[in-house]
Amino acid sequence: MTFTLAVPAQLMQALLPDLVLMGGAMVLMLMSAWGPESASRQRAVGLGSIGVLLVTLGFVIWYATAGMTSTAGIIAVDSFRWTADVILLIAAICTIGLSIEFNARESIHYAESHVLVLFATSGMMVLTAARDLMIVFLGIEIMSLAVYVLVGMNRRSERSAEGALKYFLLGAFATGFLLYGIALIYGATGTTNLLTIGQRIHDFHLTQNAMLLIGIALLLIGFGFKVAVVPFHMWAPDVYEGAPTPITAFMASAVKAAAFAAFFRVWTESFGQMHYAWILPIWWLAAVTMIFGNAVGLAQRNVKRLLAYSSVVHSGYLLVAVAAGTLLGSSAFLFYLFAYTLATFGSFAVVCAVSEPGDKKLGISDYEGLWSVRPGLAVAMAACMLALLGFPVFGGVGFFGKWYVLQAAVTSPYQLVPLAVLLVLTSVVSAGYYLNVVRVMFMMPRPEGATDPAPLGGMTKLVLVFSVVTMLILGVFPGPLANWTRNSRPTPPPATAADSAYMVRPIVAATP
Amino acid sequence: MITNEFYPLFYTFNFYVFALLALMSSLFFVTRKSPVSAALWLVSTMFALAVLYVMLDAEFIGIMQILVYAGAIMVVFLFVVMLLNLGQPSEFSDIRKNGPRLVAGFLGILLTAELLTLAWSPLDARLLVTTVPPSVATAGAGGIIGPVAGPLFTEYLLAFELTSVLLLVAIIGAVVLAKKRS
Repeated sequence: MTFTLAVPAQLMQALLPDLVLMGGAMVLMLMSAWGPESASRQRAVGLGSIGVLLVTLGFVIWYATAGMTSTAGIIAVDSFRWTADVILLIAAICTIGLSIEFNARESIHYAESHVLVLFATSGMMVLTAARDLMIVFLGIEIMSLAVYVLVGMNRRSERSAEGALKYFLLGAFATGFLLYGIALIYGATGTTNLLTIGQRIHDFHLTQNAMLLIGIALLLIGFGFKVAVVPFHMWAPDVYEGAPTPITAFMASAVKAAAFAAFFRVWTESFGQMHYAWILPIWWLAAVTMIFGNAVGLAQRNVKRLLAYSSVVHSGYLLVAVAAGTLLGSSAFLFYLFAYTLATFGSFAVVCAVSEPGDKKLGISDYEGLWSVRPGLAVAMAACMLALLGFPVFGGVGFFGKWYVLQAAVTSPYQLVPLAVLLVLTSVVSAGYYLNVVRVMFMMPRPEGATDPAPLGGMTKLVLVFSVVTMLILGVFPGPLANWTRNSRPTPPPATAADSAYMVRPIVAATP
Repeated sequence: MITNEFYPLFYTFNFYVFALLALMSSLFFVTRKSPVSAALWLVSTMFALAVLYVMLDAEFIGIMQILVYAGAIMVVFLFVVMLLNLGQPSEFSDIRKNGPRLVAGFLGILLTAELLTLAWSPLDARLLVTTVPPSVATAGAGGIIGPVAGPLFTEYLLAFELTSVLLLVAIIGAVVLAKKRS
């Protein structure tokens, strides 16, 4: 079915999965406000949230398999959107699964924390659908505002408050860059629609337009903050360390994935023909991110900070896929995001399980000899570390993720071979800290007097088993996932006369 | 006697006055140590920007700028400053020195002179000033709000509705963070 986006009723249908999630979030918001705070209410709202997310996932899969399309307009209805949505929804379900038990342990009785995850996810879904800079901005803000609050959710922890404030201030600053970039791009092209921007750049020969180039540069900085690439990553380690662990996992996977998806769509649909202008900055951002992130990662002694730097580094790897700018780049990008999300949730589930109330026991030394007391956790953590490293078979699907990104880089028309070489070299460096965690868990003796980690809660166990098992199975049979992502790419609708009449506003009509 | 040629001159003069005022105020806004003077300089920036909007024939945006930014948001800022007791009366003296007073007085005299000249000018010059701005002329039935309201509720309806979700998230967040610790 093809939705005519100019008709409000059909626009609503095209946004049905997003609306289901928003509606569900509002119902749960009322439910969480309807009585006194308690552990049981927190749990009930959490389970309700998982239900809402599963229903949304059902709608997304229905729309994806039914092959819905749309006319040109402010949102996109294409396979790229649905694939990214599936990744986001899986990440959100895992987050709430971990959150329910983490909140109970830390006695955070705010049921609203789950509602905010739902709202953040709906902002992300808007972001993956957006085909208009205005909607991109609103999606980013809905997502970011909810996450600012989620980071500060643990009111007893000073680090949590510090992280929330830092994230809020720097995030607001980055939003300024983003908005200014959008304003300049609007000034240069007279439109905020992604496809129309591309069209106008072509029609009016704007490829050398200074205002447009500055706008693109500011937009790049804004997105760079959101996905945490060096040198815009300064907030990431502190915020990741301060946030409640499930929220850290949410930020490392879903927030990053959503911002990257919008980044990818804006770059391919609007600025695809201007690659000569942005290829060099993105090249350097990716290179600096991979080198610096890995070098600093080697020095980390706290698991959450280590995973924070790891997530910065993975932004660099994903930038390589964005720079490739090809269809292979798009499929490698989604494949990598999926693999990375699974590995992230697996490792953060272990971090949740090993840490103690008050978010203690996060040092790498607390993992010494984990194999001797909790072999299951040790094996799961090892698999996730190997997946993040990109190790074949034992690292599951992580290896293929890196493989596809490399393939996209090498076959790209923009000479990314040096970047591919750098990716491999820095991956070798990253073995220094990923394998160190494995070494500590398996080869060091358990220190005297170290207490055993508390038994795993059911939800945490479920998240852990789901992510690790899926990761390992896809590592042996990557075919279905590869096929699925290969068919997922930003697909501009064929332009019709009626669409362009609707989209193009008469900005030049006023000139005499 | 005043002739038509003064109108463009006034326009240029007003533009430079308020553009400079906006720039200076925003510079002072970020360099003041006392939060109260910083906030008041921000009010001044907002007013200068509002004048520039009016000069661009965007009267509605100009009025909104004053109502929303200079009015509502700055009042909230000042309330926060007051409740946190950050303001020091001794630092509150940016406009109480002689230099700033002279500048302010000079500007005031110039603008009053401009206003009086226009008021006493012959009919044709006043007509020029009060011509219908293009935004009203092209807006048709919607008046000057039409060009804003039309796209807002048709083309950008989705953006408008998403903004309400954004505000809802902000409210939930503020309430959750401001609640008593359980």
